[in-house]
Amino acid sequence: MKFAVIVFPGSNCDIDMYHAIKDELGEEAEYVWHDEGDLSSYDGILLPGGFSYGDYLRSGSIARFSNVMKEVVKAAEEGKPVLGVCNGFQILLEAGLLPGAMLRNKELKFMCRTVGLRVENAKTMFTSDYEKDQVIQIPIAHGEGNYYCDDATFNELKENGQIAFTYEGTNPNGSLGDIAGITNAKGNVLGMMPHPERAVDSLLGSADGLKLFQSIVKHWRDSNVVTA
Amino acid sequence: MSLLLEPTAQNIKDEKIYKEMGLTDEEFGLVEKILGRLPNYTELGLFSVMWSEHCSYKNSKPLLKKFPVTGEQVLQGPGEGAGIVDIGDGQAVAFKIESHNHPSAIEPYQGAATGVGGIIRDVFSMGARPIAILNSLRFGELDSARVRYLFEEVVAGIAGYGNCIGIPTVGGEIQFDASYDGNPLVNAMCVGLIDHKDIQKGQAKGVGNTVMYVGAKTGRDGIHGATFASEELSDASEEKRPAVQVGDPFMEKLLLEACLELIKSDALIGIQDMGAAGLTSSSAEMASKAGSGIEMNLDLVPQRETGMTAYEMMLSESQERMLIVIEKGREQEIQELFHKYDLDAVAVGYVTDDHNLRLTHNGEVVADVPVDALAEDAPVYHKPSSEPAYYREFQAMENKEPEVENVEETLLALLKQPTIASKEWVYDQYDYQVRTNTIVTPGSDAAVLRIRGTEKALAMTTDCNSRYLYLDPETGGKIAVAEASRNIICSGGKPLAITDCLNFGSPDKPEIFWQMEKAVDGMSEACRELNSPVIGGNVSLYNETNGTAVYPTPVVGMVGLIDNVKHITTQSFKKAGDLVYLIGDTKTEFGGSELQKLVHGKIFGKAPELNLDIEKLRQQQLLEAIQQGLVASAHDLAEGGLAVALAESAFGTDGLGVEAEIDGSAVTALFSETQSRFLVSVSPEHKEAFEALVDAAHIGHVTAQSAIFVRNGGQAVINRPVKDFEDSWRGAISCLLS
Repeated sequence: MKFAVIVFPGSNCDIDMYHAIKDELGEEAEYVWHDEGDLSSYDGILLPGGFSYGDYLRSGSIARFSNVMKEVVKAAEEGKPVLGVCNGFQILLEAGLLPGAMLRNKELKFMCRTVGLRVENAKTMFTSDYEKDQVIQIPIAHGEGNYYCDDATFNELKENGQIAFTYEGTNPNGSLGDIAGITNAKGNVLGMMPHPERAVDSLLGSADGLKLFQSIVKHWRDSNVVTA
Repeated sequence: MSLLLEPTAQNIKDEKIYKEMGLTDEEFGLVEKILGRLPNYTELGLFSVMWSEHCSYKNSKPLLKKFPVTGEQVLQGPGEGAGIVDIGDGQAVAFKIESHNHPSAIEPYQGAATGVGGIIRDVFSMGARPIAILNSLRFGELDSARVRYLFEEVVAGIAGYGNCIGIPTVGGEIQFDASYDGNPLVNAMCVGLIDHKDIQKGQAKGVGNTVMYVGAKTGRDGIHGATFASEELSDASEEKRPAVQVGDPFMEKLLLEACLELIKSDALIGIQDMGAAGLTSSSAEMASKAGSGIEMNLDLVPQRETGMTAYEMMLSESQERMLIVIEKGREQEIQELFHKYDLDAVAVGYVTDDHNLRLTHNGEVVADVPVDALAEDAPVYHKPSSEPAYYREFQAMENKEPEVENVEETLLALLKQPTIASKEWVYDQYDYQVRTNTIVTPGSDAAVLRIRGTEKALAMTTDCNSRYLYLDPETGGKIAVAEASRNIICSGGKPLAITDCLNFGSPDKPEIFWQMEKAVDGMSEACRELNSPVIGGNVSLYNETNGTAVYPTPVVGMVGLIDNVKHITTQSFKKAGDLVYLIGDTKTEFGGSELQKLVHGKIFGKAPELNLDIEKLRQQQLLEAIQQGLVASAHDLAEGGLAVALAESAFGTDGLGVEAEIDGSAVTALFSETQSRFLVSVSPEHKEAFEALVDAAHIGHVTAQSAIFVRNGGQAVINRPVKDFEDSWRGAISCLLS
């Protein structure tokens, strides 16, 4: 499976995403610069964390006008897996691929720590290798991860099983319903604030994030079975 | 348009305008002699910044010469953007520490942020990929609202810059003491990784080659920053706020990526950061190092504001800019490289062979001065030195135990002292994981990062206990180096080299200069003994507010090499039943200790002694034991002595505790700050091998009861749940802030 790691000016978790795919998952990955106009050769799209365009104006608000975003929207419409982590999640929100918006953390400070995440829906293409209600350890590192949406959207998210992950125990940023990650209604676009790509090697504390990527690959193989 | 009408050369002399720029009558006379005429206003500006202490080290040069700067591991010593040491396999590590004290005292967020930005540029201007940031901070006591403001904003500034640019802030140290009330210290260190073949130098070689300006545009911010940094702070310093620069980490991220792409190009001849004294220092130093000259047309300099004068452009310290020299004729490809990142890259001049820095503006030559005069020929001062009276008094005092009623309560109180308390409130705001190499995160003795694609890792730390330095600068200087080395050893690493940031008061005072002299002597001796040469650093003098100096604070930043990630060791106890050992004897030494400060509210007496032979032997033994896989945890004994080390080793272990037996006076055994000591835990299966290798006293064992239980001659002196201690320690700083 071949992944595109989208690089915006100011992306800085691109290298982490790239190595998670290449070194730990053992699949193909390529960096794709933000002005690229074609993503058709990739099977999965990864929007990494960082501070695209310095997070000036509002996190993700400038990146969403990048040339490559038209292609990301197209890939999402085609049903390809699209994962946005941290700043990538913020960009997906700004681009309208996911509902809702981000507020600053309730304590108004950037925070970096490893948190417990509850797998709310283990049936998505991103979470199938986990068990429902499994608690995994994944690092967070953000200043604007306080997810918010209106009541109607929130109910919809709940009813459709679009809430993929919630914070277990203390909610670090004040997000609505303890939301840490959501999918679109179709289930092929996931945005999450915690960084699964930082949790793929137990040398660095946790390898709980690897299953997320393995789930994506499994789904892709299942839907692209080629009989020789 | 500039509102200032520039004075004429004659005006400058008659009205002694040079004094406002920090030059003395003698120095002005020297400038006149070098030029053979009076300098104009722009030229005077060039001399003023280049001859400031910050750029020329004119007051500290004679001392800096004492440092050992060579060693078989050293690839680049002091004099370039950063020093570089070999780590084998064609790889090397570049690192440097630098101060941003004065700006941070006036405008803490931007002062700290641009301090981080500046040190990162120093490292990538060498061609190295920055992989980690550390810092060393000093503030007054947190009971002052102004200090709390400075502390919170400095931390936010470091976080804001480091997080955005995507370089992990992995470690550091913070101390609080009234001596820093009006003059906080903000030292930032950056560590980079580089292949030998990519090492760059800041040199303007090859007559006719093109000088290019890359990065952010030049504005009127930071004009005379270097001069400001070389003065004492006073109530009037608020007026110097315009001398503080404003940082843009996003711009620097682009510049960083572009420059790392640039170093792969064979068109590149030389590259240097426009840091202190901006365009002036980068151009003069690059030409001086290469034995060449540079001519620049200032009309071509990208400008953020209209009507800037030559003086303003040359003295601006706008951030995120670099000066590069490239092969003539290859401007186009370099421009394209930078344009990919939406950055300016403009040819502004060329290399000459006349050894002069010649500047033109609006068709006129506005400055024409010898580059060596700017970069090399600043006067060097051998300042008078005199032993302060307080030192003699302190040395005459006997070592005495502070009076303690209840040992257990004392430990609780010590753990709440902000210097000892958990710094989680601080590092929670730093992204210490980005780039996914951080194995040991902030809070242990040293941070450890893996080197991707190898079995190796790097350990890094910053250290300096300035209280010891105040009591006895020579011993304190030794201790600063030895402690950094202990922290590297405890992590499983072998020290490679140090970078230092010498923060002192005014060298014009003989007592302060004496502190500098003695501290450098002590540090030099320890560096030699522990085979850890000085590969670069920075001097920050005039750290005084309204006439009162900070404690002498020569911060040591050290990097060590861990041969195999298997050797990585942390301070936390690992398993119930492991044996606990204390390495090193304990004497009654409380001068400058946390307990002395707690009990008496001040420090006095003698600093703890340090025997470098003993220090070296113990470090070697412990490292050998770690490398043989015999050690489960290792922690150096520092502020608060054995009791604090026992507690810290039990924190964060999910239910482990410790039982230990001490003898003699409980106060000395538990709280003395005798040097060269370590607390280690060892699995029972390694007991014999460990004891054969290391001289250590078996004092207890790790328990599954989450309690700290210490007996003295059979009687319990501490017996309380770990949680009580940990809560006090963990919550202390946020409690003081709210």
